[in-house]
Amino acid sequence: MNTVFLYALVGVGLFTLGLYALIVHTHLLRKILAVNVMGSGVFLVLVALGGRTPGASPDPVPHAMVITGIVVAVSATALALALLLRVRAETGRTRLPEERLE
Amino acid sequence: MLVGASVASTPWCVIAILLPLTGALVCFLWPRRSVPLGLLTALGIVACMTGLCWQVVEQGAQRYTIGGWGAPLGIDLYADGLSLLMLLMTAVVGLGIGIYSSGYFEHKTAAVFWPLWLFLWAALNALLLSADIFNLYVTLELLGLSAVALVALAGDADALTAAMRYLLVSLLGSLFYLLGVALLYHSFGSVDIAILAGRVEPSPAVWAAVGLMSAGLLLKTALFPLHFWLPPAHASAPAPVSALLSALVVMASFYILLRLWLEVFPPSAAAAGQLLGLLGATAVLWGGIQALRQTRLKLLIAYSTVAQLGYLFLAFPLGTSFAWKGALYLLLSHAMAKAAMFMAAGNILRFGGHDRIADLDRVAQRLPLTLAAFSLAGISIMGLPPSGGFIGKWMLLDAAFYRGQWWWALILIMGGLLTAAYVFKVVGYAFTQAEVTHEASRVPAGMEWTALVLALAAVLLGLFTPLPLALLDLGFPFSGGYAG
Repeated sequence: MNTVFLYALVGVGLFTLGLYALIVHTHLLRKILAVNVMGSGVFLVLVALGGRTPGASPDPVPHAMVITGIVVAVSATALALALLLRVRAETGRTRLPEERLE
Repeated sequence: MLVGASVASTPWCVIAILLPLTGALVCFLWPRRSVPLGLLTALGIVACMTGLCWQVVEQGAQRYTIGGWGAPLGIDLYADGLSLLMLLMTAVVGLGIGIYSSGYFEHKTAAVFWPLWLFLWAALNALLLSADIFNLYVTLELLGLSAVALVALAGDADALTAAMRYLLVSLLGSLFYLLGVALLYHSFGSVDIAILAGRVEPSPAVWAAVGLMSAGLLLKTALFPLHFWLPPAHASAPAPVSALLSALVVMASFYILLRLWLEVFPPSAAAAGQLLGLLGATAVLWGGIQALRQTRLKLLIAYSTVAQLGYLFLAFPLGTSFAWKGALYLLLSHAMAKAAMFMAAGNILRFGGHDRIADLDRVAQRLPLTLAAFSLAGISIMGLPPSGGFIGKWMLLDAAFYRGQWWWALILIMGGLLTAAYVFKVVGYAFTQAEVTHEASRVPAGMEWTALVLALAAVLLGLFTPLPLALLDLGFPFSGGYAG
């Protein structure tokens, strides 16, 4: 097992951890954080797999993708936080109402 | 001749993205004039699509390399018959929604609606023109973010919680998709769809990528059982937003799935087609039954969208080019019919101040145009001849019998019966007098006519079948993979 593979595995681990937290936690701030952890996991996978040939200089394309991805993640988080504040102001709660399973 | 040459050499693909983007910024900076500016932009996009259509018909599929960088490193735009048809549909429905919204929103809301809607339109056009899977991710996120902001536009508690749930679901779907992109890039060293198509070979990493990307996109397309977020989001948004979400936004992720399925995923993925077909069939029945049970008109229409999305997935187990075209025909007529239905619902809501189906008070006599629009759209969604919905279902039926998988035909017929039941339920209540009568407010004529024109277009689509089908074949989007 080389380092690249180890990093990629950690990335997948972060992704799974985030997914678990997203499903389990009800507080919206925790959900938003969970999505961010998931995103970091994907970025780690991308960057790690970019350096797959040992010795050679890393592939720059995944790095460009991660930068784009970070921009997207920041804007999405900003929107999510703004919405969270509005939800709290409007309903007085920081969680989503239970699903009405019909 | 000179005009012809300049139309041929204009990069319409780029204009199709830049025009709504610029329009959105101008509307944002000049909120007082956002309505005329927005409508002007919408007309401009329609003109631009005419140019692109001409270009693709005359010169075949178009590929444009932004900045001249080319496929491995730069971003390519690609337009063939499939993307062209989706773009044209977006332009027509988009113009209709624009006109409708100018009557629906008061000035203050319109100043917020137009920038967001044009941003969404730019993202949608960019998505339909993208030639690489990473660009598809970015456009998918842009689309999702502007759609969430539009859902929250109503500003009440229902709309805000629906928007929040929609945002989380949308981000989750995109991340699954992105992880799949990472795996595909790792395996084949490219994100360009055409290059991937040539290199893909089955391997464990590819199967993981296929699973992750499909799961993310199915969540975003709201295929049963991942549809839970759709009815609240689509029903609590203002009517023009519901129309554009149900008609256009859910189709975007379906389009990506279709592209990947046809060109990138290895042919042996066909086995998973049966699973998708099964989920689609369940969606048709479940969505139909739920729609029938609803007491509020907008929720009924939203569940109808869940059911109609199911039909599109019936093409996956069949996999013939005839089946794909049938599904796309269904998608096309559904977009127009569903937009018209949500607009009609918006008119009824404006008219009576509520959308409780049982209390629809003689809408037929008092809003004849709106009810005509709802019924015509219903005809197309039920799949009665001569509507566009009929042609799509007929093609799917034909493909099902051709492949000897007759059970899908049963689903098509049962889905049609369920649709008929819930459309007639609404129409029935609209003709009778309700127990509670109430003050009615005026509905602008423009809102009624837009709904009617779109519904008529969905029905007329059944009479002009050869033209869209010929457009679909440009650039042979259905020749790759196992489509045959």
